Amino acid sequence: MNRHLISAADLDRDDAIGILDTAEELARAEGRPIRKLPTLRGLTVVNLFYEDSTRTRTSFEAAAKRLSADVINFSAKGSSVAKGESLKDTALTLEAMGADAVVIRHPASGAPRRLTDWVSGRVINAGDGTHEHPTQALLDAFTMRQRLAGGPDRHGRGLDGVRVTIVGDVLHSRVARSNVLLLATLGAQVTLVAPPTLMPYAVDTWPCRAGYDIDAELRKSDVVMMLRVQQERMSAAYFPTVREYRRRYGLDSSRMALLPEHAIVMHPGPMNRGVEIAAEVADSDRSTIVAQVANGVTVRMAVLYLMLGGAAEGSA
Amino acid sequence: MPRRDGEGWKAVLTPEEIRRALTRISHEILERTHGGEGIVLLGIPTRGVYLARRLAARIGEFEGAPAPVGSLDVTLHRDDLRLRPARALQRTQVPPDGVDGKTVVLVDDVLFSGRTIRAALDALNDLGRPRAVQLAVLVDRGHRELPIRADYVGKNLPTAYREKVRVRLAETDGEDCVLLGPALPGQVGK
Amino acid sequence: MSEEWLVKGAAIVGGEPRDIRLKDGIISEIGTGLAAAGATVLDAAGLIALPGLVDLHTHLREPGREDAETVETGTRAAALGGFTAVHAMANTEPVADTAGVVEQVWRLGDQAGYVDVRPVGAVTVGLGGKQLAELGAMADSAARVRVFSDDGFCVADPLLMRRALEYVKAFDGVIAQHAQEPRLTEGAQLNEGEVASRLGLAGWPAAAEEAIIARDCLLAAHVDAALHVCHVSTAGSVEIIRWAKSKGWRVTAEVTPHHLLLTDDLAGDYDTRFKVNPPLRTRGDVEALRHALRDGTIDCVATDHAPHPVEAKETEWAAAANGMTGLETALRVVHKAMVDTGLLDWAGVATRMSIRPAAIGRVSGHGNPLREGAPANLTLYDAAAGETPVDPAAHASKSRNSPFAGLPLPGRVHSTFLRGTATVLDGKVTR
Repeated sequence: MNRHLISAADLDRDDAIGILDTAEELARAEGRPIRKLPTLRGLTVVNLFYEDSTRTRTSFEAAAKRLSADVINFSAKGSSVAKGESLKDTALTLEAMGADAVVIRHPASGAPRRLTDWVSGRVINAGDGTHEHPTQALLDAFTMRQRLAGGPDRHGRGLDGVRVTIVGDVLHSRVARSNVLLLATLGAQVTLVAPPTLMPYAVDTWPCRAGYDIDAELRKSDVVMMLRVQQERMSAAYFPTVREYRRRYGLDSSRMALLPEHAIVMHPGPMNRGVEIAAEVADSDRSTIVAQVANGVTVRMAVLYLMLGGAAEGSA
Repeated sequence: MPRRDGEGWKAVLTPEEIRRALTRISHEILERTHGGEGIVLLGIPTRGVYLARRLAARIGEFEGAPAPVGSLDVTLHRDDLRLRPARALQRTQVPPDGVDGKTVVLVDDVLFSGRTIRAALDALNDLGRPRAVQLAVLVDRGHRELPIRADYVGKNLPTAYREKVRVRLAETDGEDCVLLGPALPGQVGK
Repeated sequence: MSEEWLVKGAAIVGGEPRDIRLKDGIISEIGTGLAAAGATVLDAAGLIALPGLVDLHTHLREPGREDAETVETGTRAAALGGFTAVHAMANTEPVADTAGVVEQVWRLGDQAGYVDVRPVGAVTVGLGGKQLAELGAMADSAARVRVFSDDGFCVADPLLMRRALEYVKAFDGVIAQHAQEPRLTEGAQLNEGEVASRLGLAGWPAAAEEAIIARDCLLAAHVDAALHVCHVSTAGSVEIIRWAKSKGWRVTAEVTPHHLLLTDDLAGDYDTRFKVNPPLRTRGDVEALRHALRDGTIDCVATDHAPHPVEAKETEWAAAANGMTGLETALRVVHKAMVDTGLLDWAGVATRMSIRPAAIGRVSGHGNPLREGAPANLTLYDAAAGETPVDPAAHASKSRNSPFAGLPLPGRVHSTFLRGTATVLDGKVTR
C-alpha cells in the first residue's frame, strides 16, 4: 500500500481486496464480547477535522481505539485553527505531538495531499472538499461484497461484473469520485446518473458510464447508491426545484420496484428523506444504510491496521 | 521459500517421522486429558491449523469422534508487528461450543522465542475463559525468550540462533518434511 | 551618461556578428572591427543582441505588498531578465487609480534605475468595477499613463467597459482587459477539464474568458477604440482575436511565458506553484497560443510576473494565491517554447518581446530596432548556454513562486543596457 491514503486511486486491486479481507476478519472479532485489540498500542492517531462530521470522526475514533491507539481529536472549532492558523502550522503542531497518523477532513480539495508535505506520519483522507473520501468507498465496497458476494468464498474476491448505479450530485460528491475509482479497480461496472448540470465536465474521462435516465439504469443495477442533494445547489440553479429533482432523480418505492430482486439500495448519509430517497425506501430491507455505518468502523480498523500495524517501508 | 534441496538445507524430519510424531502427540493428549474430555484444538495459522486438523482426525480415529478443532489468528496481538510490513489477517474460527470451560490445546509448527504463544494466549483471552490451556508443537528448537514451554513436542531440535527451521506440510507445500538451513545474513529464522 | 561601451561581435537579432558602440545613451555606431577609442570593450562573441525587452504586464506590488516585491527588487529582476521597461500593474494597496499613486510608482522606478517603470492605471476606482477612475489625470501626470487595466479583475460591466474604451481615446490610451466573466468563474480553481474534474476543483471554463474577449472586441470595434487583451490562455480566445483582427479592429493581445509552456496536469498534486489566473490550460491550448504568437494573432509576450510571499502559496489549493514570478525566466521560456521549436527566429522574438509591446504600451525610447541613432536599450543573450535548471533561490525577485523551479531551460541573459548604461553584466546586476 501507498504511504498515505489520499485517493481511492492510491489502491491497486490487491490493496483494496486486502483491506476488504482484513475488515472481514475484524468483523468476526467484532462479534465477540471483548472488542479491544492491542495492535496499535503506543501509536497516536490524530483526527484533524475542519468540518463537522460526527459520524466519520466517531467512526475513525472507534476504529483507532479498538486497536488501542491513542486518539487526539483536533477539531477546527474552538482551536487555533479557528483563529486562522494555517494548515501548515497546524501540521507542524501535530508533528511535534508525534502523530503516527493524521485522519483529516477538510473543506478544500487537496488539503490532505498538501498535508503529506509537512508531516512524517501517515495521512488518511477522511473527505476533502469535492475531491475524495476513500474510506467511504471502501466501506461501500465492503457492504456490496457482503451483500452480493455472500458465503465464505468472498475472501479474496473483488466486485467483478457487479453493476452499480450512482445517482445524484456527482459534480460535488467526493463519495462518487472515490467510489468510481475504487469500484472500477475492483471490477464493477459503474454508471452515473445525474442532471446534466450536476455531472462533472470531463466525466467521459472517468472509468465509468454516465447517463440521465434513472429508470433505464435501475432495471439493470445490482446496487443503486443515492447521493445527498445539498439544498444550496438549488439556489445556484443546478435544478429548478426540489420537487422536480425528486420527481426526476429521487428513489421512491415505485422506482425501487424497477430494481432486480436481489439489488440493494445504498446511501452514504446523511440522508435527505423525501428528497433523493423516500423514507419507505431508506427503511426497506433492501437498504444497507445502517449496515454501512457499522461496516465503517471495521473497514477503518482494517485501513489503520494495514497502514500503521506494520513496519514503515524500508525498515522491514 | 527455500527449495527443499537448496544449498545447505537438510531434512531433519521425514514424512514418516512427522506422521509418527503426530500419532504420539495424539496419544499423549488423550492420556493427559483423560480421553480428550472437553478439549478444543486451536491451530495457529498457517501450518498450525493443518497440524491441529491432523491431530483432531487422529484423535477421532482412536476415540470414534473427532475432537473439536479451530484456528486462532494471533497477528493483532503480536508484539513484533512493527518489525515487518503489515500482514494479512488469517481466519480465527472457534468450534460452535466455544472455549469457555474447555481444555484448549494450542497447536503450532515450531516453538522458538515463545512470543507467538504469548500472543496466542492474549488472543485466546479475547475468545473466552478456558479451563486450561496446553501447547502442542511439532518442533521445539529452543532459544526461548519468555517463560513458556510446550506440553507436547514432536521433536526437540537443537539449533543455532540464526539457523532457519522450515516446516513443510502436504496441505500447503505439497510434501511433509522439516528442514534445517543456514540463516541468511541479518535474518533470524523461525 | 558617461558610460561608453563597445560591444564586440554580437549577432544583432541573430544575424552576422557586429560591433555596437553605445555612447551618450544611444547606439552611436554599428560596424565591424570598430576600435575601442576609449570605450569599455565587452566581448559579445556568440551572444545575440536584442532590443531591450519591454513587459506590458508586471506586478511590482509596491505600494502595499512590499513583503512580496518592491519596485527596487522587481525592477532588478526585470533587468536580469533582459528587460529595459516594464508596466507596473495597478492592483497595489492603495490601488493605482489616482495621479498620486501612479506618480509614486513612476518615481520609485526612476530612483531604482534598473528599467523604465511605466505605471498602469486602474480603469475603475479601487478596481471595484463600478466607477471610472480619473483616467485623464493619470494620463496627464508625470507618469504619463497610457495603459489602463483592472488586472486581477475583469471590467465585467459592458457599459462601463464601453465608456472606458471610448474615454481613453482622447489621450491615445488603451484598455488592457483581464477577460474573466465573473459569474462563470465563481469559486473557480483550475481549467475546467479532466484534471480539475479528477481533483475535485471547481472548473474555470475557457468560455468565461472567450465570452468577454468576444464582447470587448465588438465594443472596441463599435467605438473604434484600442483594446488590449491580457494573458490570452485558450485556443478559443485565439480564434476570436484572429477574427477581430481580420476585420481591422484595434485589438492587440499578449500571452504569458507560462501559458506557452505549462499545462493544467502539472497541478495534479495540488502544487500551488501552478495556481494562476487565468489558469494553465491544456496541451491543445498551448499549441494554439504558440502558433498565434508566431502568426501575429497574439502580438507579444507579457510576463504577468506575480510575486507572492511563501505563506501565500504554502497552503491548500483553494486558499493559495494566484500567480507566478516570470521576469527572470521569460526570455528563456520563449527560447524553449518558440525558438527551439522552430516557430520564431530571434528577430521574431525581438518583435514580440520588445517592439510590439513598446508600441502597444505607447512607450517612447523603447522597442526600436537596433540601428545607429536608436536609444541604447539592448539585451545580450547567450542562446548557446546549455539548459540549466531554474533556481528561484538565486532570483533577484523577493518572491520564490516560480513554476519553472527545477525545470531545465536553455540560454542565459548576459547583459542589459538601459540608455547606454549597463544594468546587468555577465548575468549580474551592476550595482
